[in-house]
Amino acid sequence: MAAGTGSGRTVSATFRPIRGWLLLPSWAIIGFFMVIPVLLMLVYSFLTKEFRGGVIWEPTLAAYDQFLFDRGLFGDEPPTIEWAYITIFIRSILQATGATLLCLLIGFPTAFFIATRPAHTRAIWLFLITIPYWVNLLIRTVSVRFLIRDNGPLNDFLLALGLVDQPLGLINTNFAVQLGLFYSYLPFMVLPIYAAVERYNFAFSEAASDLYAPKWTILRRIVIPVVKPGIIAGCILVFVPSLGAFLAPDLLGGAKTYMIGSLIEEQFKGNAGNWPFGAAASMILLSMVLVVLLFYARGQSREGA
Amino acid sequence: MTFDVRRYRGFFGLTMLCLFILYVPLLVVMVYSFNDSRSITNWEGVSLRWYVDVFTGPESEKFKQAAWNSLTIALSAAIVSTTIATAAAIGMVRGGAFRGKSATFALISLPIMVPEIVTAVATLIFFSTIAFPLGTLSILVAHIVFCIPFAYLPISARLQGIEASYEEAAQDLYAGRWATFRHVLFPIMGPGIMSGFLLAFIISLDDFIITNFVKGAGVETLPTAIFGSVKQGIQPNIMALSTLLLLFSIALVTLSYFIGKRGEALQPDRGD
Repeated sequence: MAAGTGSGRTVSATFRPIRGWLLLPSWAIIGFFMVIPVLLMLVYSFLTKEFRGGVIWEPTLAAYDQFLFDRGLFGDEPPTIEWAYITIFIRSILQATGATLLCLLIGFPTAFFIATRPAHTRAIWLFLITIPYWVNLLIRTVSVRFLIRDNGPLNDFLLALGLVDQPLGLINTNFAVQLGLFYSYLPFMVLPIYAAVERYNFAFSEAASDLYAPKWTILRRIVIPVVKPGIIAGCILVFVPSLGAFLAPDLLGGAKTYMIGSLIEEQFKGNAGNWPFGAAASMILLSMVLVVLLFYARGQSREGA
Repeated sequence: MTFDVRRYRGFFGLTMLCLFILYVPLLVVMVYSFNDSRSITNWEGVSLRWYVDVFTGPESEKFKQAAWNSLTIALSAAIVSTTIATAAAIGMVRGGAFRGKSATFALISLPIMVPEIVTAVATLIFFSTIAFPLGTLSILVAHIVFCIPFAYLPISARLQGIEASYEEAAQDLYAGRWATFRHVLFPIMGPGIMSGFLLAFIISLDDFIITNFVKGAGVETLPTAIFGSVKQGIQPNIMALSTLLLLFSIALVTLSYFIGKRGEALQPDRGD
């Protein structure tokens, strides 16, 4: 239309000269309250722990050493590999991977289905997916706990149907945590895949079908490769928060389902805490996330090239 | 031989399964919040007693204080972060190309990228090092930082759809910079700013992990109060309180959705 005939230019002579002033509050606030704290956390991970929380400003590698090695109760025995914390990290990676795959399994067909609806109903479907995304994560996790606990509605239902003759004992298991993560982050998978499928040009699929390609081959060989950036974005949006999740392992799991988030939280609560160790665990978690994001960014720029 | 390349057998079923999974736990809690029973296990008929309990029961003072804290913090955090994000969006979108633009974008997105528990730990360590007292103010500061990217994204998306010609026309008519923003840009950006504000508000209202780390002793927001209660076992009054909070969030999201829709209708530049 009249206004649309322009080049779509968004640079303006009005605000360009003061852009530094406009960006200053963001630089200052995020820099001061986010970048400096993360750097400080790195420093803390090399300090000596103070009993009852806090630190003594003496540099040491104790936190990272404790993470990897067991030196006995008094620290004077020859070091052996300490598996407890490594196990927690591996469990977190497996749980996050499992949750990502489950979300993909349900999320991709959902996103595809919604993106192929007529424009006016599409918005409603999408809205139904977004609502749980904005509902308090704590309340959602509590509601899963309520639903699957031993004498909760799910077990009552299964018992009444005669499908099981005693409660399933789901709560406080790795499976319950997996379910909780899957439930928490499912909308994160649907939204980016939806955005990619919505932009997908179905003329490709039609051309392939004219050449007698079977339907599922079209999906596998044409649709999925084209919408891959959306799938990867969805996987990252599920994997990253699952890896550092605290609520699902805390409310649905128990001592045997500890994840990184629970381990970190424990170091800052109460007197048993160990701040340098918590800082070190946070740094390791952050590095893992950064590695995932860097791979993603590299893939993006290669895609663009 | 043709078939509909948009339809796959089973996809509709999986979509329904997806919605079923997303909604069933929430609906179950809503239904059980009307249970007229002291125990959460047995169903003893419909009643509003736990809603009455939330407002007048033995824990009502705690809940009221927590709700007041949550609302004042969320409102202040949303106002401040939306203001900062609006300025940043204008600087980024209207500023053209400049050195450090992608670094600035990375900086603004940082609070979304970093796992929340890491942000929580880092913020706690920072506050404790500079001896910043933990309480309402520390929660507010942490929320402002965390909310900036959530406010920024819808606002900058909106601004990207608005051409600079409007501001230039205003300037040609001798409007100053502030007048141009106040009377020209702000009204067109309105829906984006409003949805950014609402998202920031919900994010702050719902936040548990960061709040739990930086709140200090004695100060509670609704999520931390609910978490504290749930650790002792899920009580029926918590289900009533959760239902209220849930409905409040849904109402806000619905509001944001319709504001966004109205914004699309008003969008001046979208010829297609």
